[in-house]
Amino acid sequence: MTEFLINIGYLIAAVLFILGLKGLTHPRTAVRGNLLGACGMFLAVFITLTNQNIVSFEVILAGVVVGAAIGVVLAIKIKMTAMPQLVALFNGFGGAASALVAGAALIESTLPHQDPFVQMTIAAAASGLIGSVTFWGSLVAFGKLQGLIHENAILFTGQRALNAALGIFTLALSVALVLNPSNIFLYLALVVIASALGVSLVIPIGGADMPVVVALLNSYSGLAAASTGFVLSNNVLIITGSLVGAAGFILTRIMCKAMNRSLTNVLFGVMEPTGEFATADEVYTGRVKSASPEEVAMLFDAARRVAIVPGYGMAISQAQHSVANLAAILGERGIQVEYAIHPVAGRMPGHMNVLLAEADVPYESLKSMEEINPSIDQVDVALVIGANDVVNPLARTDPSCPIAGMPIIDVDKAKTVVIIKRSLSPGFAGIPNPLFALDNTLMLFGDGKKMVLEMIAALKAT
Amino acid sequence: MDLLISGITIFVLAIFVGFEIITKIPPTLHTPLMSGSNAISGITLVGAILSAGSQQVLVTTILGFLAVVFATVNVVGGFLVTNRMLVMFKRKS
Repeated sequence: MTEFLINIGYLIAAVLFILGLKGLTHPRTAVRGNLLGACGMFLAVFITLTNQNIVSFEVILAGVVVGAAIGVVLAIKIKMTAMPQLVALFNGFGGAASALVAGAALIESTLPHQDPFVQMTIAAAASGLIGSVTFWGSLVAFGKLQGLIHENAILFTGQRALNAALGIFTLALSVALVLNPSNIFLYLALVVIASALGVSLVIPIGGADMPVVVALLNSYSGLAAASTGFVLSNNVLIITGSLVGAAGFILTRIMCKAMNRSLTNVLFGVMEPTGEFATADEVYTGRVKSASPEEVAMLFDAARRVAIVPGYGMAISQAQHSVANLAAILGERGIQVEYAIHPVAGRMPGHMNVLLAEADVPYESLKSMEEINPSIDQVDVALVIGANDVVNPLARTDPSCPIAGMPIIDVDKAKTVVIIKRSLSPGFAGIPNPLFALDNTLMLFGDGKKMVLEMIAALKAT
Repeated sequence: MDLLISGITIFVLAIFVGFEIITKIPPTLHTPLMSGSNAISGITLVGAILSAGSQQVLVTTILGFLAVVFATVNVVGGFLVTNRMLVMFKRKS
């Protein structure tokens, strides 16, 4: 194919990607959007295969077969509750591929009859740097989400100094590489140091901050692809990479806003300000009322409007199907049931929505924090399942607490609050939750799924 | 230099297009957005194929092969898992 036709083909692929993303703006058109994206990818790959520089297809075929097999197995086997770690892993693979391609292109440019130009080496350095950070950062995020590494923030003294040193080191190596593009060992060193940087950047970030990390790494994987586009002077890579980079960046910003924390704050594992606040004993002693599933079931008899507030606890106990079942039973009794979803509930943007969609919950009954809060005082029963910090009223009332100013779902304003939780242990912010001690709160201590099933049994018995 | 300028132009314009589209995506679909955009960031596969197939020297072929594997996992796995999620969203709507 001529250069002209190849580029027209790439342009069509890029348009398909944009239309595909546009399709994702509504659940009705989203499946088609995703298919359009896949068509774009197929077209781009097909065109590339006609490139006359390709002398052998065996290696390509072998790579595609191996990669496709792994991809299919992962995509089909993965449980919806494990989606955050899968997305993290895929982000990492994208980053790795970009760094590898940039490395190969750099080596090719040092061969005889080739002329490495500055744009290419700068882009290759960027690609190697961002790609390696993405790959190793994503692996650490994967390890944390999968439970292979301790999920909490791992902090040590000198952490910021170490990150700063590694950052400066990678930049210095990048400059050296641009000045000596034929010295491939500089690229190797860059990849090694950037890998260390990727690990040390994600290690201090824990638990509830994971949605920010996953979104940010998503953005990085796009930027890595865009840099590779500059290495190869390939427009479809540049366009696609910047689309993905923008998507990840927007999600990162939404997540940070939903926690009222700055990005740097999250990235350095800082929880501030830490003033004086009451100990758990002071808040809870003598005030916490525990209830049985049967008592809660009776509460529903008098309810007309119920709001279910899911958190990461629902994902851990795989309770989404039971919860949807409970909601259906309540719905049959003429009760209006809604789900109130905090933007950072779970470990990934949209985590709760995916789980509830898996359990066949119609998306119309999924309400965002902004939609539910204005009328939450008319909710008869707010049922909180495995959420803590995102419903802690201290965020509103105590300007000195670590989550001060974080927007929360105001369940404390509902007529009755029922909280399913294993114990009174604090959430990620490490502070007690006065919600648990309110007069209108009932605690249902136990595993999320088990408690919901017992409530269903009690409802059916009446 | 011309190549660089046109590349940067495309880069900046595409970022704006991305911002315009993606701010309209509802929070319900944020996870499929991530996995879907992740799948299209596997476009690096195009570069990987060129490295693996042009067989300049052994090293670039090996690097190219690895890149093809990683990028294909990303593309195939990404589109499939996104589809799996989106079908769930569509089912009841």
